[in-house]
Amino acid sequence: MLEDRIGEWRSYVLRRQAIDAKDVDELEDHLRSQVADLREAGLDADEAFLIGVKRLGGLDSLSQEYATEYSERLWKRLVVAPESEEGGAEWRMEALVALGLAVAAGVAIKVPELFGLRIEDGGATAESFYLRNISLFVLPFLAGFFAWKRGMPSAGRLGLAAPFIVGALVVNLLPFATVGNTEVLAALHLPMALWLVVGIGYAGGAWRSPDNRMNYVRFSGEWFIYMALIAAGGGVLMGLTMFVFSAIGMDAEWLLNDWMLPCGVMGAVIIAGWLVEAKQSVIENMAPVLTLIFTPLFAVLLLAFLATMMLTGSGIGVEREALIGFDLLLVLVVGLLLYSISARDPQKEPGLFDVLSLTLVTCALLVDALALWAILARITEFGFSPNRVAALGENLILVVNLGWSAVLYGRFVTKRAGFAPLERWQTAYLPVYAVWAGIVVVVFPIVFGFQ
Amino acid sequence: MNIGKDLVAASATPLVLSILSEGESYGYAIIKRVDELSGGELQWTDGMLYPVLHRLERNSYVEASWGKSETGRRRKYYRLTDIGSEELVSQRRQWQVVDSALRATPFLEFQLAPLGI
Repeated sequence: MLEDRIGEWRSYVLRRQAIDAKDVDELEDHLRSQVADLREAGLDADEAFLIGVKRLGGLDSLSQEYATEYSERLWKRLVVAPESEEGGAEWRMEALVALGLAVAAGVAIKVPELFGLRIEDGGATAESFYLRNISLFVLPFLAGFFAWKRGMPSAGRLGLAAPFIVGALVVNLLPFATVGNTEVLAALHLPMALWLVVGIGYAGGAWRSPDNRMNYVRFSGEWFIYMALIAAGGGVLMGLTMFVFSAIGMDAEWLLNDWMLPCGVMGAVIIAGWLVEAKQSVIENMAPVLTLIFTPLFAVLLLAFLATMMLTGSGIGVEREALIGFDLLLVLVVGLLLYSISARDPQKEPGLFDVLSLTLVTCALLVDALALWAILARITEFGFSPNRVAALGENLILVVNLGWSAVLYGRFVTKRAGFAPLERWQTAYLPVYAVWAGIVVVVFPIVFGFQ
Repeated sequence: MNIGKDLVAASATPLVLSILSEGESYGYAIIKRVDELSGGELQWTDGMLYPVLHRLERNSYVEASWGKSETGRRRKYYRLTDIGSEELVSQRRQWQVVDSALRATPFLEFQLAPLGI
């Protein structure tokens, strides 16, 4: 009884950011001593507990005192450490597994060199090999990490492994023309397809659940940000390595290019994934914050662009790269939309930010319609090529997504429907990307004769 | 008598230091000793003692170590350091200055005379 109440009190106090577990241990010892004394004086357990807690002082003022003493605690730290003693063993295990997998991925990328595939002296063969296989050296390890962490059954693990095996067979057995169009396309789309397959592992096999899908979207955004941060740090590390060795007359370039860069990138993919998992609840997610900053800016950019086009009457000049440029624009808008949805409280009323998002989506659709018109003209003139079809397909997929999103968003902003349909639409659409990427990897080479 | 918040806060450091100069102790015992020494007049909110102890620890006036209570519970003990002893001497001197200044003023007699004390 008393133990229960002390347990409750403990967890209640622990929720205060400025008071950590050791402080609560100390306060608990105080409380117990006080309770023991009061009970000796004849009070019952309940009374003694209440008086003891009261004498400790109001939690607000107490945590304020601790906060003045430990102001650094108010900065939420990325605590890559167990929060309690009991979680310690589990946490160490997870850290070891992640580290082991990161090392494994770093080693895996060097294995082909044993068979003479060195990018420096291997020429086009080696280049095309690494191009096609790069994601296969690391993503299976990331998927494996999640399969392990979520405790997937062996049937699920086999199902998760299958796409990786199929992908490896397809890109290595099909007779691609070396560094040809279809090969480059396959190399670009395989990572996309496999990244979504990793999501199956992330969801522990329950990938049909919209919540799990949205969580994977959040994970992906945070992972990307962590990768960018690690890359920045890695750049500094490599630059300094170069510098200190050149200061003593040694050339460290081989160390950088052959080891630090390839092994580091592979390892970083796993470490970033593990960090995002570990910190999940500890610090604010960054992706939605960036979304908040850039949604209005991009909306303004597109509005200005449309206005300029209308005023000057100039059309979009279709350069060679135009299709890809507009695909990137749509990807970005879908990304902004996705992350603003992922961070939004579905219960909240539509606000100014929603109007901005809707403006952004509508403008992107308009700009893209104009571009598509110009591009279609080019395709009818020059015919189909793998690159054009791939870019066109992606454009259509994104336009369908954004078009329907605009409709759903419009209904939400005008209060004719809730926010949930928009969320469901986005999560339901995720497999479309995977299927399309899969088609580009598997079907395109065959249709276009491996050119 | 109700002692003001500011005075309680200001007197906390010298009080804790002088109690620890009697020997190693822990939070609850320190609070009880304060109660004893002041004849129950100096009432602290118990929890507030700990941030004070932690600050003293950070300033190296006291050393802390985790030990066991008589019932086997984890308990944090505090011990005065040499720097802490010096600080205590300096604080005592400061309080004596304040005390003698207060005594030297006619304030007390002026206030107490009508009460017949």
